[in-house]
Amino acid sequence: MASSKVSRVGEEVWKSRIDKINAEVVTLTYGTIVAQLCRDLIVPNTASKTDYTAVNAELDRMGYNMGLRLIEDFLAKSNTGQCTNFRETAEIISKVGFKVFMNITPTVTNWSQDAKSFHLVFEENPLADFVELPDDGRAQEELWYSNILCGVIRGALEMVQMQAEAHFVSDVLRGNDTTEMRVTLVRFIEDEMPPDDE
Amino acid sequence: MSTTKANQPQFQSIDTDDAHAPKFAASALDFLLIELVPLAQRITEQVQARDQALIDEYRRSKVFNGSNNDTTTPTMTEAASEEPKKKPKKGAKPEPTEPTTTLGFPPTTPQTRETMFWRLDSLGYRVGQGLVERFSTGKPRPQTPLDAIKFICKDLWTLVFRKQIDNLKTNHRGIFVLTDNRFQALSRMSVNRRAGKEVVEEGLLRAGMYLYFPSGVIRGALAGLGIEATVTGETAEIPTATFQIKTKGAKV
Repeated sequence: MASSKVSRVGEEVWKSRIDKINAEVVTLTYGTIVAQLCRDLIVPNTASKTDYTAVNAELDRMGYNMGLRLIEDFLAKSNTGQCTNFRETAEIISKVGFKVFMNITPTVTNWSQDAKSFHLVFEENPLADFVELPDDGRAQEELWYSNILCGVIRGALEMVQMQAEAHFVSDVLRGNDTTEMRVTLVRFIEDEMPPDDE
Repeated sequence: MSTTKANQPQFQSIDTDDAHAPKFAASALDFLLIELVPLAQRITEQVQARDQALIDEYRRSKVFNGSNNDTTTPTMTEAASEEPKKKPKKGAKPEPTEPTTTLGFPPTTPQTRETMFWRLDSLGYRVGQGLVERFSTGKPRPQTPLDAIKFICKDLWTLVFRKQIDNLKTNHRGIFVLTDNRFQALSRMSVNRRAGKEVVEEGLLRAGMYLYFPSGVIRGALAGLGIEATVTGETAEIPTATFQIKTKGAKV
């Protein structure tokens, strides 16, 4: 599918088929969850030193579980078929996937030579609206606030036979100029027949 | 603006929510809320394991076990550590070797459930408070508890769950019962009624966990409107959810 056509599909689905709610409700809920995780996951043998690596992992895991379910909803609503290559997948993720769930279209850029990994650049990120990271001198270095999105992509792609890896490389919340995520295709998952199934 | 409304009759904007506010797909929030319960269970078990490790370490450490405490502390910690071990057995799950319930979920002890409730309820409390703070601006402050409850039934519920509460009952002495005949979180669940009483009970118990967070939201919202209350959510028949609100000083 051509890029412009993909955008049109995204717009169309968002306008006609999506039940919508105020974004601030989601922002507020997500923010509360992250804040609570930061209080709960403490480095062992310390009183209140947040284990940000564990928070990132927990957010990613939540996202992964969401992605496994979300892909069904996505396919049902968007009615997109199978992608012919990973470039098309990237376009669909950005212009249909992010569009119909968050009403944003991150830019796909920075393709690797082998066309197996790309960057998503988020000009806007409603999850991180009104957010400030904790001022403990470590959150800016260690916490990926929107890490749930990586998990969602990983989980959703896995359900359509693509094992992928996703992680943030920069975040405006940390003081970087952009918010960017790197998505890498690890392999296509082949359907494996159960052994000796007769 | 009137034209956009006409085009999208299903999204009638309520007073608290103007049509130009940025939007999210509602299903995104649903998926997020679904994940809250397993998350709470994971964190609860993690924290319990951490506390247990601390207790074990405490028992091992020679420093604290002076000659005086030698007899008292070990027995105390022993009692504490023994109890949770016994509890799951008492629950009489059919297969003691396989740690799953009749529905194939990891089992939860009453103790775990209580902590999960506390965790999800307080999470909801903060969300409820925030929602009221943000979305009650521009509305007259409710003068009576009933006004506040109505705000929750109509405005808050529509904002988060996209429909109003179906039924509101009160004894006019501080107790309110809110019924949602098709509660969003339960609307995709089902219980196999033919599979026996135990399965049904287990199913309703698990479904009930998805009401911890919304209960907290109600409690937080009421607190934001100046009313102290306790809220318990229950489901007797999926997908109906009832929330009982007992305001402070209520008479039964």
